[in-house]
Amino acid sequence: MAQSHLARNERINGWAFVMPALILIGIFMIYPIIWSLWMSFQVGRGMQFSFGGLTNIIRLTQDPIFMRALTNTLIFLAIQVPIMLVLALLFANALNNPNIWGRGFFRTAIFLPCVTSLVAYSVTFKAMFAADGIINQMLMGLHIIGSPIPWLADPFWAKVVVIAAITWRWTGYNMIFYLAAMQNIDRSIYEAARIDGVPAWARFWYLTVPMLKPVILFTAVISTIGTLQLFDEPNLLTQGGPSDSTLTLSMYIYNLSFKFMPSFGYAATVSYVIVILVAILSFLQFLAVRDRRA
Amino acid sequence: MSNPLALIGRGATYVALSLAAFVSVFPFFWMVIGSTNTNADLIRGKATPGDALWRNIEVFFTSADLPRVVFNSFFIAGVGTVLTLLVSSLAGYGFEVFRSRTRERVFAVMLLMLSVPFAALMIPLFILMANLKLMNSYQAIILPSVASIFIIFYFRQATKAFPHELRDAARIDGLKEWQIFLFVYMPVMRSTYAAATIIVFMTHWNNYLWPLIVLQTNDMKTLPLVVATLSQGYTPDFAVVMVGSIFATLPTLIIFFLLQRRFVEGMLGAVK
Repeated sequence: MAQSHLARNERINGWAFVMPALILIGIFMIYPIIWSLWMSFQVGRGMQFSFGGLTNIIRLTQDPIFMRALTNTLIFLAIQVPIMLVLALLFANALNNPNIWGRGFFRTAIFLPCVTSLVAYSVTFKAMFAADGIINQMLMGLHIIGSPIPWLADPFWAKVVVIAAITWRWTGYNMIFYLAAMQNIDRSIYEAARIDGVPAWARFWYLTVPMLKPVILFTAVISTIGTLQLFDEPNLLTQGGPSDSTLTLSMYIYNLSFKFMPSFGYAATVSYVIVILVAILSFLQFLAVRDRRA
Repeated sequence: MSNPLALIGRGATYVALSLAAFVSVFPFFWMVIGSTNTNADLIRGKATPGDALWRNIEVFFTSADLPRVVFNSFFIAGVGTVLTLLVSSLAGYGFEVFRSRTRERVFAVMLLMLSVPFAALMIPLFILMANLKLMNSYQAIILPSVASIFIIFYFRQATKAFPHELRDAARIDGLKEWQIFLFVYMPVMRSTYAAATIIVFMTHWNNYLWPLIVLQTNDMKTLPLVVATLSQGYTPDFAVVMVGSIFATLPTLIIFFLLQRRFVEGMLGAVK
């Protein structure tokens, strides 16, 4: 009797604690995601919907702007995420060395960008990369370039600025994750390796990196998701330009829904492309890490 | 250390770290310098302080109903943070302390949803808010982010370190489960809450895309929206934009420096 009362109590409390969150997730995540799937098969303008079957998917394959947004997003992903994660890993490794002087200062400085608002740093970068702006002045002063680079007016350089901006903002964030994980590694392993004459780069590559695999996977997945839905930076730095060279999938969804005559059904189809990409890439990253461990 | 190769390695490490620190801090410096110059000087890359600071602040204050905008930002971030911490920590605690096979399955599904991009939700959410007549309201901004799967996961991980003995002792003393949560768990886990506060407050404070969709009138706008609007158009006054950027960055910067140690502590807890 007492036992069953306790079990009942446990059951009621178990649901009571998680229920507020589950209800909110139900309304604001599960319901929209299912609705979005339904909507991706609808055609029509504004709130007038009719079932369109595969019309939207066919439209995707024939839509040059979608293709450009998809390519841009994948380019940002393929270039920016590896650069950022490698930098974060190297900085974390350097700052994990107790013999480095000023570790606290360097850690705070490199982490500081994460504290800025996306809007604030994007507009600051926009001002810094102006045609006659400080970046061009400095590069010319150091004789790295002879004439100013049209950063935001050139399709190639605009991409570079967006990549530089995101890397600036998020490297320190990932570094903190690596540093935290490194501090859990038993230092005596490194001592033993050092006595055995293992050089520093090999200690990093054969000891640190394998032990950080779960954290590296975590940051890779988080960064992939973040980059696939990139919106704030390109929208503020370049507004997708010049000639759609920095247009991302999220920006295209926004434009389709809120800028032109709303085409919600087609926009939902584009958003499901992101869902599928996230699923595939997370799965691949998971496989890659598991394989190397075996 | 006498090894010349190791010495070069150390030198290179310092050079790389110094360069990284310089690049990281420079835009902050530039924001401050820029806010004191005229737009023409800023665009020309003038790197010394000017005397236009007061003019820039004045223009910024007349460009929007600033007290109202700052209030909106603080209200949304403040209420949003309190609700998010409450709802999400309740759930994180519940999932960890009361185990059942059904709830483990629910939790697993929830973790999968961590990877659902916001882009896939924003159109249905927009229509939902329009149908609920909640467009252009605080609720529309705050409610969708209150149950944060990431923060629920974070609290569940942190709860693993919450001593069982404390809970058992409190039960023997006759405390109800909600009292244990409120009077034992919350005070014990305050550093977890501090770290989560920083993360959640920053997310709410910096939110841009969703408010851009939902908030339509000037009296509801938040700081990021005002700064973004100032920076767009054909001839933006970047000196004024820099003043706005400083306003938008200052609160999170202050919180970070006040709670820096807690922040790293909390992150350590989340990764373990």
